[in-house]
Amino acid sequence: MPLALVHARYQLLEIVRIPVAIFGSAFFPAATMLFFVVPSAGDDPTAATYATAAMVTFAVMSANIFQYGIGVAEDRDQPWSSYSRTLPAGPGPRFAGRILAGLAITYFSMLPVVVIAAVATAARVTPAQFLLAAGGVAVISVPFTLLGLAIGYSLPSKAAIVVAQLIFFPLAFGGGLLFGPDNAPGFVDAIAPYLPTRGALELMWAAVTDWRLNPLSMIMLGVWIVVLAAVAGWAYRRDEGRRFT
Amino acid sequence: MILARADQVSRRYGEVLALDRVDLTVRAGELVGLLGPNGAGKSTLLNLLVGLRRPTAGRVELLGGDPRDPTSRRQLGVTPQETGLPGTLRVGEVVDFVAAHFPDPVPRDELLDQFGLTDQVRRQTGGLSGGQRRRLAVALAFVGRPRLVVLDEPTTGLDVEARHTLWEAVRSFHADGGTVLLSSHYLEEVEALAQRVVVIGHGRVLADDSVTAIRGIVGVRRVSLVADDLPPLPGVVATEHAEGRTHLLTTDADQLVRDLVTAGVTFRDLEVRPTSLEEAFLTLTAGDRPAPTPA
Repeated sequence: MPLALVHARYQLLEIVRIPVAIFGSAFFPAATMLFFVVPSAGDDPTAATYATAAMVTFAVMSANIFQYGIGVAEDRDQPWSSYSRTLPAGPGPRFAGRILAGLAITYFSMLPVVVIAAVATAARVTPAQFLLAAGGVAVISVPFTLLGLAIGYSLPSKAAIVVAQLIFFPLAFGGGLLFGPDNAPGFVDAIAPYLPTRGALELMWAAVTDWRLNPLSMIMLGVWIVVLAAVAGWAYRRDEGRRFT
Repeated sequence: MILARADQVSRRYGEVLALDRVDLTVRAGELVGLLGPNGAGKSTLLNLLVGLRRPTAGRVELLGGDPRDPTSRRQLGVTPQETGLPGTLRVGEVVDFVAAHFPDPVPRDELLDQFGLTDQVRRQTGGLSGGQRRRLAVALAFVGRPRLVVLDEPTTGLDVEARHTLWEAVRSFHADGGTVLLSSHYLEEVEALAQRVVVIGHGRVLADDSVTAIRGIVGVRRVSLVADDLPPLPGVVATEHAEGRTHLLTTDADQLVRDLVTAGVTFRDLEVRPTSLEEAFLTLTAGDRPAPTPA
């Protein structure tokens, strides 16, 4: 699928030419680490490792939902996006290219978090766990990327910003991203397995600790991926660029 | 061989009926001009034909298939009405990006040379002049060696020289067997390029004929003067008063001026100008409606 790589390359080129955008996506997770994880859980190796994994999940989610939800909606406002829809390529290469570019940016924005975790906290992982976690980031990007694409292709950019924020916080909170594995409120424990955030978080925990995956969370994560892919594909096909009445 | 077809196509945006049961057929080797005032439905029709929008009713066909199917667009090149190039990308990069979608693209240097953009290859598109951007947007339609190019007002906003460069490119493409469907509101442009003209107004096809035949319909002149009182004059299609001047629309300006002189009317500041298509068509299609005030 060379066309997907072409799309990814140009997405990245456009992002790299405005470096502030990359700086922003790298700054947010790093600041969260410094202000929340380091002071509260920095000295306890287990807690710090769980918290770092949660921060990574949190950052992957925010990077992808906002990058795609708002980025795609804004692109659709541009005549260039409507022009590129006249080229002989369907949604496949465009989706794939966006996802590859998004992954590259997501990994880049992870770097400060990982450095802070290693230098300023007691969080520790083995090389095998580190590689597993790196692969895990790619896997858990999928549902959030699809969610972002679904938002971006179905809403105008001003609405997309609002909807991305409205969806973002309940997902983070309800999925248990803001709690350790044992100290989440009861209702969060009850709803979390049904949210895609929980499945993503558990995958990251399982990669870097001895956490045992909850099958329900995994099944629901799979269901979310299928549903979000269908919604994103549907939104892309019905998209006719800007809509005015 | 039919390359593009609209069959009883209507398109509605909310309350507005942008296209009303339009038929259009473009055959291989034709160079068809789509003429009409702003808001007539030209862009809507082109957008339907290239798969950007779906008709509310009726059927569109592109290169034997549904234009929304990517495989139908393999031999299509498009220049949209708005030149929205990604500002941070360089000219060469934009060409390469589009070229990557086609099996046998025109080499970048050859294409840029043809459109006079060779010196701009390393520049970001955001830094180009409006005319350079427009030339690049038109050049992109030809990257994939298409059988059919669809150009939506390709030369709007260009100076005369740039316009002629583009016309040359369109002509040479057509001379090599290419098929062109272009929209314009300049009669001059359509005359310079097209063999066949389709006139659209208020969402309907008003005329579909040779350039000569259409020219007869829209060859209206505007005779403008300052005069207190005018007698009835033969051959005047419409009369309008604006800012102290009287504007007369006529199919025979020479005769009208002779009539003015022989009638002994006192007048000054005489001007004779070709009307824009928009004026001509508003006059001819809306009957007693006054022509719009020139900007």
